[in-house]
Amino acid sequence: MAVIEISCVDVWREISNYVDNDLDPVLRERIAEHLKACEHCSAIVDGTRNVVRLVGDGKTFDLPNGFSDRLKQRLEKDGLR
Amino acid sequence: MAATAPSATTETDLIERVRSGASELFYSLIAPYQRAVFTAALSVCGNEADAEEVAQEAFLKAYSKLDQFRGECKFSTWLVQIAVNEARMRRRKDRKALYESVDEGYRDESGDYFPRDFADWREIPSEALEQKQLKDALACAIASLKPMYREVFILRDVQGMNIRETADVLGLNEPLVRTRLLRARLQMRDALAPGYDGSWVGGSASYKKVRPF
Repeated sequence: MAVIEISCVDVWREISNYVDNDLDPVLRERIAEHLKACEHCSAIVDGTRNVVRLVGDGKTFDLPNGFSDRLKQRLEKDGLR
Repeated sequence: MAATAPSATTETDLIERVRSGASELFYSLIAPYQRAVFTAALSVCGNEADAEEVAQEAFLKAYSKLDQFRGECKFSTWLVQIAVNEARMRRRKDRKALYESVDEGYRDESGDYFPRDFADWREIPSEALEQKQLKDALACAIASLKPMYREVFILRDVQGMNIRETADVLGLNEPLVRTRLLRARLQMRDALAPGYDGSWVGGSASYKKVRPF
């Protein structure tokens, strides 16, 4: 069965769900077909995937120096009795 | 976050013991979640100093409300929820003091997203992953997001919550979380992809390309 073609704008609307593999199979297939033929959309999808991978290691934000010590002090001073 | 979390039984046990008066164990209970709570606060506050204070307040509140934790969600999610609420309360207070609109930065942008170029960014230079420069670039790009996008992006992609948890913590419905996540991710791509000075068509937010490599 031929896959119905969709436009670039339609693809961009779903990129986030596509990257998360959270789409109904029919739409997913249409997008995959589109990506095979469209370099521009492929580039956007690759870049979006990179963003998710880069921040997904949980290490993007460090705790400020001394955070744990100050927290401990605060808890002892104001909370835990 | 999950990697450092104690096993569920240990955690439940710790919670029980703190409730029964062993307050000295509270720090051990929350220790694995310092980063998650700080980052959640940062997503709303946008600066480290406020986020640290909010995180402290959130942990104090968690201690005093520990009896109310029913285990309906993960303990980490419960803590993050408290942090987000604390941060929002503080923002409301600050805005009031400045006579600013509370809604500022919370208007959803309508219309579709149009990238201005299609820079190819297939490769992530793996040696760059550890670099401070990259970390700074990511932090800078995240900071450039409007708060409504930043909150969703941090909870979902930085903290690894799913769409449902993100929606619950922020008090949004799932479709709205998805829409904002899409905007956030595409805007992050624009900011970080090579060879391009990003801009957001139809929106007022402007930001600079921050990709270091």
